[in-house]
Amino acid sequence: MRIHRFHGGLKLQGRYGAAPAPIRDCPPPPRLYVPLLAREGKIEPIVAIGARVLRGQCIGEPRGIGARVHAGTSGTVIAIEQRDVASSKFVHASCMVIEADGQDHWQRSPAIDDWRNASRETLLARLHDAGIVGLGGAAFPVDIKLAAPAETLILNGAECEPGIGCDRALMIERAREVVQGAALLARIVGARQTIIVLEDSLQDAHAAMESALRLHPFEGAALAQVPTRYPQGGERQLIQTLTGREVPAHCLPREIGVLCQNVGTAAAAWRAVAHGEALTSRIVSINGAGLTHPGNYEVRIGTPIAWLLEQVGGFPPRVARLVAGGAMMGVALPHDDIPIDAGCNGIQVLDESMIKPPAPEMPCIRCGECVRVCPAQLLPQQLFANLMRDDSPRVQLHKLDACIECGCCATVCPSQIPLVAWYRWGKLQLREQTKARELSQASRVRFEIRNVRLQREREERIAQRTSGELPAESRVATITKSDVLAAIARSRARRDAQRRSQRDRQNSDGDGEGQ
Amino acid sequence: MTTFAIAPAPHLPARTTVRRVMGDVLIALVPGVVAQVWYFGFGVLAQIALAIFFALIFESAMLRLRGQTQRPWIGDLSAPVTGALFALCVPAWSPWWISCIAMFAAIVFAKHLYGGLGKNIFNPAMVGYLVVLLAFPLALARWPAPAPPTAHAPGFGDLLQTIFSGHLPASQNFDALSQATPLDTVKIEAARGYTLAEIRGNPVSGQIFGDLGSNGWEWIANWYAVGGLYLLWRRVIHWHVPVALLGTTILLTVPAWIIDPDVNPLPLQHVFSGGLMLAAFFIATDPVTGAATPRGRLIFGAGVAALTLAIRRWGAYPDGVAFAVLLMNCCAPLLDRITIPRAYGYGLSCDE
Repeated sequence: MRIHRFHGGLKLQGRYGAAPAPIRDCPPPPRLYVPLLAREGKIEPIVAIGARVLRGQCIGEPRGIGARVHAGTSGTVIAIEQRDVASSKFVHASCMVIEADGQDHWQRSPAIDDWRNASRETLLARLHDAGIVGLGGAAFPVDIKLAAPAETLILNGAECEPGIGCDRALMIERAREVVQGAALLARIVGARQTIIVLEDSLQDAHAAMESALRLHPFEGAALAQVPTRYPQGGERQLIQTLTGREVPAHCLPREIGVLCQNVGTAAAAWRAVAHGEALTSRIVSINGAGLTHPGNYEVRIGTPIAWLLEQVGGFPPRVARLVAGGAMMGVALPHDDIPIDAGCNGIQVLDESMIKPPAPEMPCIRCGECVRVCPAQLLPQQLFANLMRDDSPRVQLHKLDACIECGCCATVCPSQIPLVAWYRWGKLQLREQTKARELSQASRVRFEIRNVRLQREREERIAQRTSGELPAESRVATITKSDVLAAIARSRARRDAQRRSQRDRQNSDGDGEGQ
Repeated sequence: MTTFAIAPAPHLPARTTVRRVMGDVLIALVPGVVAQVWYFGFGVLAQIALAIFFALIFESAMLRLRGQTQRPWIGDLSAPVTGALFALCVPAWSPWWISCIAMFAAIVFAKHLYGGLGKNIFNPAMVGYLVVLLAFPLALARWPAPAPPTAHAPGFGDLLQTIFSGHLPASQNFDALSQATPLDTVKIEAARGYTLAEIRGNPVSGQIFGDLGSNGWEWIANWYAVGGLYLLWRRVIHWHVPVALLGTTILLTVPAWIIDPDVNPLPLQHVFSGGLMLAAFFIATDPVTGAATPRGRLIFGAGVAALTLAIRRWGAYPDGVAFAVLLMNCCAPLLDRITIPRAYGYGLSCDE
């Protein structure tokens, strides 16, 4: 297979801490705090406080875009409360608190043994019921992503972030599950080609996958190795590396016939189908300075980080930062009483030597290193300058929305500017501005429609007065569709004229200063 | 519950700092400086020391005036880089007030009045150089003849006396010491109606052209290029500006030289004389005042080369690198704007 190149990126070799140690089991904690997190909308709890639940029993139903949530162990629901979570999107979320009974009893669905011949709908329904989400970090519901057919299925095993090794461990130890899962997903989306991708530095995982694929071959399956270059595991970068094509802006990969799924997701999907197991745990890589037992742990979703770290041997002295996720894109956590969620692929326990010293930020010297490493081919330094000036038209001109927040620019910045934080803030600003603009446009339209109505009523009153008649029915003026369209057009024209005059005024001001 | 300080991603140690970037520039200057000392004596080092001294004085004063702390700003080494680059452009025997005035213009006006590090539009070293070039043309034209160290007549005491008094000791005079640079010679002699073949063939003035274009200067230029390669390797500069600048110089001068070698100097003479090589690797590559995009940098480098050649050919000054750099500095914001690269996925449509 021909391997293409993506723009920019960083070589982060030598920073991989995760040893391919066996995947160890983290025992369930006395209390699980299962986050009820949805992508959009919310998760509605479907069990009452005081209810007894079993491991794998559904406890939350999505309203909006989300996946079902399941209890991670058997026990009693004792509360539903707002707690801090380890998400980059939310600070708090409501979590279901389950007091474990120590029995850890499963409630499994019947296995679909004959999944090769089962209908797509049956399989999708099972993935939905089992609450399978993308385990690469985004935690997007798999059944929604798989609903559309795709020509090419890419199984992403290029995790690429320093400190994360869960996919590597999975591919070494459970290669069969990954391959079976790949076949399952390929069957669901009707893929003609399935590429399982690993970084070329993971030779042990490659060997394991190769032999698993030999034992369980399926049509169109292939194994590919890609350069170890961050952010190789980024969906769009991976697609470019394998197909040589860019995913068009504002489009989803499936619109060019490609679907990406994490290898862990495939394994979880296969367990849901072949064993009837809902998603109740995931593999988490724990890394850091001074840890007694770093490595990969199978952790119940909802396990507090404090408990997990206790199992790993407790906090080492002098911890400077606790991070959920990898070193490049992970979220720094304010404390350790935060539950592991389905998107959490790693925990980094970092000391002073592993992070930037709290030195003051220097101004941008436009050295251009950020331009060289940006995988989105942006001009990070120009974006930063325009964000500092609050110049949102220029920010849009420089395509802030194409930023994937990979952190390459901030890593190489000699001035230690937290660029990604600026871009996240900028994206928020732009979204809010768009929302405000839409609101004001809507009220402008309402105002124009009202004017039309008043005008028509006035005309009718004049007509009545001149004719001397009083037709009872025609009192209420009717607004037709064309009236509304005309009103919208008028308000647009007025807004444009206003903007033009504003711009002219600004330009002439600028000229005046120049002279 | 254990609590921690939070900070934005990425969570990695710093790879480099502004101080290290500027330090690399100073390191990269070492081979060129050694070569310049070889040909022009210890006055070169004295000029560098003076310029860095004044640059730091003005930097510190401006930081205080602007209400900024001295640390880390004074230690970012950007002022010493400005000082060193300026000092390499002035004759080794220049009096101390040349440095003082130039650094005042460079650090106070060109740098801090525009907002300090990273905010300046014009290359501070070149602003400083041009201010003194325009104000004291005679003092800046007194380049001694490039010669290996044994031939340096005046001693160290004479040198210090000259720098601090502005006058040569009674036993010396500038006319005997200094020699027209190749670019000066070409300009003056061509104006007097000589062809280049005649100028180069002249037994006295012809010597200064050396092997590659200008005696002594060509080797200094080579050592600057070596320093430039170090900067490229350290990724302090990008290849675009040097390649575009030197490439454009060759591209524009070769046809002219082929058509009429009597009027148009050898392309190599253009490359190896004056400040072109220093500019290609150290001055036009200044990221703050240059273009930020890859294509912008190519145009920037080509523009510096074209303007330099135009000034050398038709201008009143023998070398035009400093003017060319400042003129292109003006264009940098425009270049950045018209050369925005296509972002990933843009310009493509998904309905295929």
